[in-house]
This record gives sequence, structure tokens and C-alpha cells, in this order.
Amino acid sequence: MVGEGTTTAQVRSLDATREWLERNLHSTSILETERFSFYYGREQALRDVTLGIPLDGVTAIMGPSGCGKSTLLRAFNRMNELYPNTRAEGTIRFLGQNLLKADAVSVRRHIGMVFQRPNPFPKSIFDNVAYGPRVHGIRSRAVLTDLVEESLRRAALWDEVKDHLKKSALSLSGGQQQRVCIARALAVRPTVLLMDEPCSALDPKATDRIETTTRELAQELTVIMVTHNLQQAGRVSDHVAVLLAGGVLAEFGATKSVFANPCCDQVADYLCGRFG
Amino acid sequence: MIAQVIAANPRRRRLAQRIAFTLLTISTLSAFLALGAILYTMLANGASALSWEFLSQFPRKMMTEGGIYPALVGSFYLTAGAVIVALPFAMASAIWLSEYSRGGLWVRVIRVGVNSLAGVPSIVFGLLGLAFFVKVLGFGVSVLSGALTLALLILPILIRASEEALQAVPMNFREGALALGASKWHAVRTVVLPSAIPGILTGLVLGVSRAIGETAPIMFTAAAFYMTRLPEALSDKVMALPYHIFVMATESPNYWRTRDLQFGAALVLLGMVLVMNLGAVTWRARVRRRKQW
Repeated sequence: MVGEGTTTAQVRSLDATREWLERNLHSTSILETERFSFYYGREQALRDVTLGIPLDGVTAIMGPSGCGKSTLLRAFNRMNELYPNTRAEGTIRFLGQNLLKADAVSVRRHIGMVFQRPNPFPKSIFDNVAYGPRVHGIRSRAVLTDLVEESLRRAALWDEVKDHLKKSALSLSGGQQQRVCIARALAVRPTVLLMDEPCSALDPKATDRIETTTRELAQELTVIMVTHNLQQAGRVSDHVAVLLAGGVLAEFGATKSVFANPCCDQVADYLCGRFG
Repeated sequence: MIAQVIAANPRRRRLAQRIAFTLLTISTLSAFLALGAILYTMLANGASALSWEFLSQFPRKMMTEGGIYPALVGSFYLTAGAVIVALPFAMASAIWLSEYSRGGLWVRVIRVGVNSLAGVPSIVFGLLGLAFFVKVLGFGVSVLSGALTLALLILPILIRASEEALQAVPMNFREGALALGASKWHAVRTVVLPSAIPGILTGLVLGVSRAIGETAPIMFTAAAFYMTRLPEALSDKVMALPYHIFVMATESPNYWRTRDLQFGAALVLLGMVLVMNLGAVTWRARVRRRKQW
């Protein structure tokens, strides 16, 4: 397959992280929240959420509208604090370190994000993907060119765009734009990739491609995906966290077992589409 | 009440619609009519004065003959100076207001201040320029004083246009950049600002058109009745197109003999504004086509 060298490098780094986690923290969770609560002004969006995101595989965050799933996801790369009057309680640990006390910029270098609506910059495809590396000081044209190719291959977009990297990213289709955004996030070689309903603005075919890409990426890094689509969670995720109204974590576990045996009626109701 | 009665009756409603539509059309047409009338008067009276010599020569014989060259150059100096001074301040203010300020009382006060500044009559700027730049700072009646006064005049226009242009940049551009580990300033510099350029440019043209046509702010701060040479330093007095028209029409000893020169100069001023506006609109359209979101 394409990008063989980088893929093995990434897998190796995943293995190294796993070893490091087991040896130093006796854990397999790359991100751990402990009694994490989050407030927008007086409104509480998350309530005492305690969970550990496994290093391996795709973790889906699900729940009815307004249950705080996006808030939880955005807490992992500190995007929530861009809005005024927000407040966090509890802790989130990333590789054992307190994420909430770390420097937001370096957190975001290790934890990348793909947004609900494709948001490529009004720049060329190349400049979009090279944006992150440039932010982090990479100037060498050769290094950037390699990174752009590697990232576009990992996002399964290289073959479609390799001949017109100078074209505006906004001239691409919605699905392609979203894969540019995935490539852009991958270009800084993050350890974790956050995806906030990445397919909700896309048609079924584009959705299918993104899902396949996501599965492949999960071989190389940790993926956390917010989705309101049960089928999608079933297809893509290995673990699922179900949040319910009020920002309470109702259940967290392997997707198959949660879907087969929900822990309580509320989760069962949600999973059967009886509300939300 | 009346609105309800009208709405209840379909025939009346149609009539009301027709009346409203007619009124709107007439209003729109009257704006065009006014513009047409102005253009016609200017062309009919001033076109005969236009020639290459008119643009490239100094006035002669007590300004009853010759051209407007020094006034043209002077207006260019004053306007360019005003933009060079005002644009950096305006951009900085707009970036702060749009990207960094977090709302609250102070920001509201500053916004009200900026808007009030835009509403201050231009003669007040002229007097302020005279009192502050000419007298207190001792710049004298000069290109420098005039440019600074005009800069104050266009500052609020530039701030408002730039701020609106920045606000129009989608929030998710900022989020995308920040999520990649960019600092706020980096995101503003590399993503937000470039996307806002077309809007800022529109504001710039509005500001320039305003500055180039103003008489009151430069009357006491920069303008000379007549000069035999072009200004050579920032401390020199300068002729300027609107002031030149003003003095030819009111203070020249032979003002009735220079009608065609006055209209010719006014036509040139109008033409310059028109060309700048058209240029900016075309450029903006081209940039917009390239960057659509």
C-alpha cells in the first residue's frame, strides 16, 4: 500500500506509546478524565465525567443533541476555552500529564482535530496541508513536500489531487475538502485525532470513504469521534461512550457489548432511537 | 389596524403592493437621476476644459488659464499621506476589536467612540488640525498637517470597514488554524487577515474617495491658494484639487471667467474617485472569485 514507510513508523510509535503507558502508568488509556465538569457561564454542559480513552482503536462519543458530546471532545484539545465565560472542573490527563494545566498550543500539536463542516482555508491544497508544519517552524520545501504527500496519502486523497496541489482547496467537493482537513490535521503527526461528526455534512459515498480512512488511521493513532449516527458508530468504533442529557456519562465500553447489552434503560432507549 | 384591513382584502393587497413597488422604483430611479444630472452638468460645462495640458500645466494668469497639475499632485500627496498614517492604526484597531476584545463596557464605549468620530463634521477636523498639528505640534500649514488631519477623518471609516471585513471571515477558519497549534496572532496573520483583504480594500477606497474630496480639513492645515512649484518637503504648503475648485469659484478675482476651468477640475476630481472605485470593485471581484466560501 501507499505510504508504507510512514505507516510502519507510526505503528511503531503507537507500540512505543503503548509500552510506555504500561510501564509508567500501568494503563492502556491515552486520555483519562476524572470527575470532569464543564460550564458555559452558569449552564453545566458536562457533569463529573470519568473515563479513559483507550490508546488503540476508534472511540465514539454518542448521545442525544445537547448532551455535551462535542464539549467533551473539544475539551481534549482545549478548544472550549476559545469562548468567553467557560469553566472546567476536575482533571484530564494526557499521557499522565494534566492537560488542563498544559500549554494549549502544544496540546493541540499532539491532539489534532477535524471539524463537523469541512473548513479548508482559502488557500491551495498544498498550503492547507503544510499549514500546521509551517506553524511549528518547518520551512524546508523538501520536508514540507514530503509531509504533504505523506499526509494526503494517509487521508486517501493523494491520487485525486497529486497533479493539482496548487489548486484552491475550496474548489474540491465536500468529501474531498473534509479529507484535506484530515490530511491537514495529520501533517503535524498528532498522537490523537479528534473528529467532530466529520460526516454530517457529507453524502453517503463520501461518508463511506471517510469511515474507511478512519479505520485505517486507527492503526496508526488514537481516534475519538463524535457521532449521532448509530450505524456509523457500529461500523467505525471499537469503544463507545454514551452521554445523556445533562452531560452525564451513562455508559462506556466496547461498542459491541454496549450495543448488545446496554447497561440501563435510558441507554437502551437512546440506542433504539426512542429519543434523541 | 389598517394593515390588517388591507391584508384581509386580496384586491386591495394587490393594489398596496403595486403602490409600494412603484414608490420603490421611483426612489431608486431618482437616485440615478440625481447622479445623471450631476454628471451631465459637469460634462456639459467642463468637458471643453479637459486636455493633456490642463492636467500637466501650472495655472497661469491669475488662475484664469493653464492647468491644475500642482493641485492634482497635492491631492495625491495629501491622500496618500493620510492613508499611510491611518491604515496601520485602523488595521490594528480593527484586529483588536474583532479578534482580541472580549466584549464588555469598554469595548462598547470604544465602538460608540469610533462611530461618533465618523459623524463629526469635517470642518471640526479642520479646526482640530489647525489647533493641534499646525499650532501645538508646530507643523505649520503643511502637507504633514493636512495628511494627519485627513488621516483622522478617514480613521473611523477604515476601522469600521476593516472590522466588518474581519467579522465576515467564518469562525471555523479561526478554529481550524488554532486546532493546528497556531497562536491567535498567527491565525489572524495567516488565515483571517488574508481572507478579509477584499473587504478592507473596499473600506480603503471609501476612505480615499472621502479624503480626496474634502476641503474643510485641509483649508487651514495644508492648502495653498497658489504655488509656483510643487511641494518639496513635508513642511511645504500644497495646492489641492477641492480647495483649488473652491478658490477658483469664490475667491479668484475673475471667477466668472473661469467657469470651464472650475467644472473641468471638478470633473477630474469626480473621474479620479470613479476610477479608484471601479478599480477596487474589479480587484475585489477577482479576489472573491478566487476565494469563495
